[in-house]
Amino acid sequence: MKILLLLLACFALAAFAQTKAGDTANGQRLFEKDGCYQCHGHVGQGGVAGARLAQTRLTLTAFTAYVRHPASGGMPPFRAKVLTDQELADIYAYIKTFPEPKPVKDIPLLNQ
Amino acid sequence: MAKQKKNVDRRGFLRGAATGAALGAAGLIAKPTIALAQQAAQKPEAAAALAEVSSSTRCGADFMVDVIKSLGIEYCAANPGTSFRGLHESVINYGANKDPEFLTCLHEESSVALAHGYAKIEGKPMMIMAHGTVGLQHASMAIYNAYADRVPVYIILGNLLDINYRRGSADWYHSVQDAAAMVRDYTKWDDTPVSLSHFAESAVRAYNISMTPPYEPIVIVADGALQEEPITEKNLRIPKLVMSAPPQGDTGAVMEAAKLLVAAENPVIVAGRCARTAKGIDLMVELAELLQCRVQDQRLRMNFPSAHPLYATPLGDPITATVRDADVVLGLEAQEMWTITHTMTGLNTFGMESRSVMKPGAKIISISAIELNHKSNYQDFGRYDEADLSITGDAEATLPALIEAVKKVLTADRRTALQARGAKIAEAHRKARQSNLESAAVGFDASPISTARLAAEIWNQVKHEDWSLVSNDRYTSYWSTRLFDFKKPYHYIGAQGAAGIGYGAPAAVGAALANRKHGRLTVNINSDGDLNYAPGVLWTAAHHRIPLLNIIHNNRAYHQERMYIQMVAAKQNRGVDRADIGTSFTDPFINYATMAKAYGMYSEGPISDPNELGPALKRSIERVKAGEPALIDVLTQPR
Repeated sequence: MKILLLLLACFALAAFAQTKAGDTANGQRLFEKDGCYQCHGHVGQGGVAGARLAQTRLTLTAFTAYVRHPASGGMPPFRAKVLTDQELADIYAYIKTFPEPKPVKDIPLLNQ
Repeated sequence: MAKQKKNVDRRGFLRGAATGAALGAAGLIAKPTIALAQQAAQKPEAAAALAEVSSSTRCGADFMVDVIKSLGIEYCAANPGTSFRGLHESVINYGANKDPEFLTCLHEESSVALAHGYAKIEGKPMMIMAHGTVGLQHASMAIYNAYADRVPVYIILGNLLDINYRRGSADWYHSVQDAAAMVRDYTKWDDTPVSLSHFAESAVRAYNISMTPPYEPIVIVADGALQEEPITEKNLRIPKLVMSAPPQGDTGAVMEAAKLLVAAENPVIVAGRCARTAKGIDLMVELAELLQCRVQDQRLRMNFPSAHPLYATPLGDPITATVRDADVVLGLEAQEMWTITHTMTGLNTFGMESRSVMKPGAKIISISAIELNHKSNYQDFGRYDEADLSITGDAEATLPALIEAVKKVLTADRRTALQARGAKIAEAHRKARQSNLESAAVGFDASPISTARLAAEIWNQVKHEDWSLVSNDRYTSYWSTRLFDFKKPYHYIGAQGAAGIGYGAPAAVGAALANRKHGRLTVNINSDGDLNYAPGVLWTAAHHRIPLLNIIHNNRAYHQERMYIQMVAAKQNRGVDRADIGTSFTDPFINYATMAKAYGMYSEGPISDPNELGPALKRSIERVKAGEPALIDVLTQPR
């Protein structure tokens, strides 16, 4: 059993090691096509249905781990069969392009 | 045969024609008569005479209108129907179309939802009329919503019990043995009066039942023959309406609750449908300030001022975060205490596996009147909450006793300790407000327009007005709750009740109608999917000159369902890119501004540039303040 687990871990690491740098264009396509925006918003702003993704502090490894095994709540686990590690890397790269919001003090509508 | 002009009393004529007739269902009808169509078919000359007769006596419906007027009912919403045509005619002619005034609705679901919204602002029921069969079938979802939301609606159904009054196939299709049966599972009381005196007593009783907490819809079936036949009953009278005092929790149990709350290190109040009146909000504030504890609002009513330092903003559902550290949770007309105190595990989000989020030894106290009206079939009551102390009684009516009990138990030392706790909660509230603003800034200039930007733009336009937001703000991530300053009872009215979609647009029209005489600016952020159920209510608003600002949250989908389909697809490891099928409506694009114009309403949009939103709101508000409804179609982010 231990050997089997070790082999699985090796395969997983090997697969992860093969992941190339994220393709932001493909990440954007997947973010929309696979419905990430549904809960997290088109610009990753988050809301009642999903966490904010813009300016995420997660590393790619942590991001991938979370998508595979989300904490309890509404988000289902997305397995490699529906989103490969490479596709998650692309989505992550796209998320990292979301611009920093303006400071609240510079938005008059938020200083009412 | 030449027509003979006779100024004959029509009802007297019918009475004569029916002399000696003993019909099978005679016992159900005030005066047995013969059916018009049946008589006309047998005697052509009689049909000619019938066409000329007129009535100079009062009919049963006139008396029914007298009864309805005695209840102080201001409006009667209906889509016209043959089975209540007598009552319809009496409302507009005998009753002079005032108190109640007839509101023309294009769908029975709109009639009921309109009454639902009206009652939550006005604090009393509106009357609706519908066929006992097809009309009620249309209305039934809206009735269930009102029932689950504990809202009074005064429903009058038309029916023809006596077969001799059924002139053709439509009358047969529209007749039923027991009209109220279809909605008995989700109404509080109903009756089918067989005489006018019976109608009067049941109508008054029904009002009392509907308006005794828990408030609920009631049904009175007004027989068609009883409506249209002349009054023959002697000594008719209208019983006096006496409103029952709301049920109050047991004094001993209330004292026990007070002791638990005062002794608790971190109590939390969960407010569901607690405040029924302005006084209810004041009482909530008094209790929270005495205890210096956090108030977690379920946003089902205007329970507590949103800017108050003890207010906990809802950011998710279920709202477990606030109760996680509590040692006593007090539910005041809370919806589903179990859901508040439990969470589903990550492995199973479909409800088969759960655990409590409460600390070991933490206590749950529930004060609610809903136990007084439990029914079996529909499951709106939720899971059994396992409260440690369950007090049956209306929460608002029980609050004065609870406050007095807390004051008795509270020592000076304890009061000082609680002040320190309150200061910490206030600081957490301040940080949460700041965090809300920082979250709102993300995507603030995005297109489609973020729901935070939408709320901020609306607040900018209404903050100096006497405003009333009459829509559920969960679909916009609670942004209005997070950015507006809610404090008055009409600032917020909650949601559908049973999560039945199609409530938003008509309920907003009803709420705006109630607000009209107070000169309030009514604002409705209406989900696009909701509006598509029965958009004809836009015409009702335009026709009756009901000032209302509709802002369409146009996310182009039944978005909650789209998220669910995507979640299930992920769980099944397939097709996460196909959740749009059956849930979205982007092809063809629906233009709600054009739709509103078709119904005669001022409109703007669709607007996708956030910088265009403020000016559009300003222009539309000017129209609304001038006394007409307006609509702005806004292309928004999903949530």
